[in-house]
Amino acid sequence: MSRAKRLLLLEIVSPIAIVAALWVWSARAGSFFFPPLSSIYKAFNTVWLGPGLLNDAVPSLSRWATAYAIAVILGIALGVPLGLSPIAKRLLGPVMEFVRAIPPPAILPIAVILLGIGDAMKISIIVLVSIFPILISTADGVAEVHATVRDVAKTYRIPFHAELFRILLPAASPRIFAGLRTSCTLALVMIVLSEMFGSTNGIGYRILGSLRSFSIPEMWSGVILIGLLGYGINLFFGWVERRALSWHHSVTVE
Amino acid sequence: MSTIKFESEMRSSSPVLEVRDLRKEYGGALPHLAIDLVSFSVREGTRLSVVGPSGAGKTTLLKCVSGLQPATSGSVTFRGNSVITPPDGLSIVFQDYARSLFPWMSVESNVGLPLRYRALSRQRRAEIVADALESVGLSDHARRYPGELSGGMQQRVAIARALGYQPRLLLMDEPFASVDAQTRLSLEDLTLRLCKRYDITLMLITHDIDEAIYMGDQVLVLSASPAVVRATIDVDLPRERNQVETKLLRRFGEIRGEIYGLIHDGGKSRKAE
Repeated sequence: MSRAKRLLLLEIVSPIAIVAALWVWSARAGSFFFPPLSSIYKAFNTVWLGPGLLNDAVPSLSRWATAYAIAVILGIALGVPLGLSPIAKRLLGPVMEFVRAIPPPAILPIAVILLGIGDAMKISIIVLVSIFPILISTADGVAEVHATVRDVAKTYRIPFHAELFRILLPAASPRIFAGLRTSCTLALVMIVLSEMFGSTNGIGYRILGSLRSFSIPEMWSGVILIGLLGYGINLFFGWVERRALSWHHSVTVE
Repeated sequence: MSTIKFESEMRSSSPVLEVRDLRKEYGGALPHLAIDLVSFSVREGTRLSVVGPSGAGKTTLLKCVSGLQPATSGSVTFRGNSVITPPDGLSIVFQDYARSLFPWMSVESNVGLPLRYRALSRQRRAEIVADALESVGLSDHARRYPGELSGGMQQRVAIARALGYQPRLLLMDEPFASVDAQTRLSLEDLTLRLCKRYDITLMLITHDIDEAIYMGDQVLVLSASPAVVRATIDVDLPRERNQVETKLLRRFGEIRGEIYGLIHDGGKSRKAE
């Protein structure tokens, strides 16, 4: 067996082994806060493949998708001028760094008061937090585009919209992708958090609600669902990057 | 020496490019005069080499001449019009092919990109791209990506892109400085063939004296920074060049000696002034 295959096997076997060990351990532990994995599994099926899917998972995911889409569009749209103009960067840099440095939970209470506990609050707060990795990586990526690249565009009189979409953004795309990935995970964190704060549904709401009603297996099932979603995001981004940025790897390997 | 003609004596019969008293000064914390009162012209259908020591401001000169950078004073006229931004009919081949080609686009897309924004039918565009690639011998690599090609091949893609743009004047900035010696010679010959085939006027910037002579009808010799014109030398060698025979000519050696003297003694006499 080749080394690569052995490593792949290890990667597949280790999670299975950990789950099996947990399964056996939790079945005997008799702990209230760490119920048997089998009962968590049962709870997962009844909650998330049952009413919880429509009542909580779907609202969470749709808020998440909406907020993320807004963050992506705004982040890239604002990041490009910031990257192109050193003046804009100097002008807005300090403010941006300050807002970015505020831990998101610190703004949650005021957001609840200002925007209520509806979707608008949650979406705004997710956008506000998850826009920064995209904004900053886009600005950096665009600013790092080498002067020769822009000289080529100028020499061949390529109109600005084409320079933007065919040259600047693709050139910055390895950086932008890194930002998109960070931001997507951050949005997931924020959706759970915002739903714990002020909400009438959602995965975060359900996790906290289960804990308060001492339905511990149900609570854990929500935690696992979030974990799976986060894992899925990373797999997805890995796949997209391998496909869309294959040129980048072939360039950097040299 | 009879072959050296100083600026004032240069004749100008229908110049494609005319540069008068060009000055470029960089401001900021460390003010720096890069180019000082450079004048020259390139006549239709001829090839001008610009040679000078490293760091002499040759690339700055190219950027000012092409409109990529504003000059501090002086004028640049291309086909009768003052140059402010890069004019239509001007192509540039940059030294750094790894940056001047777009690695996320196939070879044919790289060559075709400048043509997308011209009033050309899709079919006509494809024909021009195919012709340009054929002329640099890369027809079989149209669908490949720059990252998959060798350095010399990548620079040929950049040349094909410059040709496809159908320029009246081709500017080359140290185009062969980043490839190995063998590839360099074959790219020089390729460029000469293409200039002849498409009747292109060439301005080539190089730090290599042999290359300057081999490629040029005239050689503009620049001094070290700030760049001033030391001399314009007519290359009175047969226009049909050959890597072995041309470079063995006695005249080739004489011109090389003249230019070498101008670049090296030039520095000394300036200090003495």
